[in-house]
Amino acid sequence: MSTEVAEVVEKKSEPLFSKKNRKLITNPLDIDNPVTVQVLGICSALAVTTQMKPAFVMAIALTVVTASSNFIISIMRNSIPGRIRIIVQLAVVSLWVIMVDQLLKAYVYDVWKQLSVFIGLIITNCIVMGRLEAYAMGNKPGPSLLDGLGNGFGYGLILLIVAFFRELLGGGSIFGFKVFEAMGLNYTGNGLMLLPAGACVIVGVVIWVQRSINGYRESH
Amino acid sequence: MDLVNLGIRSIFIDNMIFAYFLGMCSFLAISKKVKTAFGLGMAVVFVLGVTVPLNWLIQEYVLNAGALTWISGDFAEIDLGFLQFIVFISVIAAVVQLTEMAVEKFSPALYGSLGIFLPLIAVNCAILGGALFMVGKNPPFNFAQSVVYGVGSGIGWMLAIVALAGVREKMKYSNVPAPLRGLGITFILVGLMSLGFLSFLGFSL
Repeated sequence: MSTEVAEVVEKKSEPLFSKKNRKLITNPLDIDNPVTVQVLGICSALAVTTQMKPAFVMAIALTVVTASSNFIISIMRNSIPGRIRIIVQLAVVSLWVIMVDQLLKAYVYDVWKQLSVFIGLIITNCIVMGRLEAYAMGNKPGPSLLDGLGNGFGYGLILLIVAFFRELLGGGSIFGFKVFEAMGLNYTGNGLMLLPAGACVIVGVVIWVQRSINGYRESH
Repeated sequence: MDLVNLGIRSIFIDNMIFAYFLGMCSFLAISKKVKTAFGLGMAVVFVLGVTVPLNWLIQEYVLNAGALTWISGDFAEIDLGFLQFIVFISVIAAVVQLTEMAVEKFSPALYGSLGIFLPLIAVNCAILGGALFMVGKNPPFNFAQSVVYGVGSGIGWMLAIVALAGVREKMKYSNVPAPLRGLGITFILVGLMSLGFLSFLGFSL
């Protein structure tokens, strides 16, 4: 009964925040998370998370790029020839990345300096390409935009969790605010957390905790 | 001697995976079997070895500020640096596409084993990352250095993926806690391997 109703509503005009569309935002946060379940966008998730601030900026940049390229590709989806679709997608994505790159360079120069090549690498970030291939090529612009936003948020969530632990344990601060000093404790940063190895282990543990909670399993 | 030094640096010390996390997606997705991992690794070595020098030429003769003076002196003011991303990624996608066609035509056997990985490589961040790092080097690379750097980074990436695939093949026999199975334990493995690679940091040649 309820599914029937949903289908009818969908055919009529598909309200922007129907149940199905809300799922597009909420699923990537947990059971369909781009980083921990779809295994996309790992490189930057590990590389920019030594501190909260660059991680936050990176999450916003990626969300903007994913959502807007999803939207544009979805509009163009019926006129893109199959054989050269990858290069068309890359061209659209790199236009957005160039814009984000120039904006960051103009307004938050110090963070831009810190993120260095990783802004450019959003072009080859598999989340963007993966969502374009898997969603935007076969769906309407509205839902595609939401799908892009949702996946951007899911990515940002993991990024912030990882960055939180790395900055707290590695440098004793959060967003540059010295937590332990403010509490009157003397904390010596754990250098391991700032190294690539620490990042990998933290992501591994985040996946472990998440899967213990939501029950997702892999055979091997 | 300088080139040998650079080669060893790019393979072990500045390892694409363990020092910069580039190309992690395919690194994690295609490291279940040693054989396929080796195939993908070889493809990455080849594509990095071609695209890094190619992008070096483009950066040097087209994109750098005032690089266009070899056409005419009037262009001395032009700086096309902001086009870097889109030009680099187009070069990479084109080289990958050409390689795929050439391999398909001349060596069907190799295509059979490599074929499915080639299109994936266009969006492997190690390739674009290699090009962007090459541009950012200070003092700037010359052509020979960019060749060595491209091939060296590729070999480093291949070593890493083959090593991880070897460990993962053995992991089948161990009893990992169920929620940690698959991706979780792989991340922890990569972390430990990266600690191992840290031991190369002290080397100065």
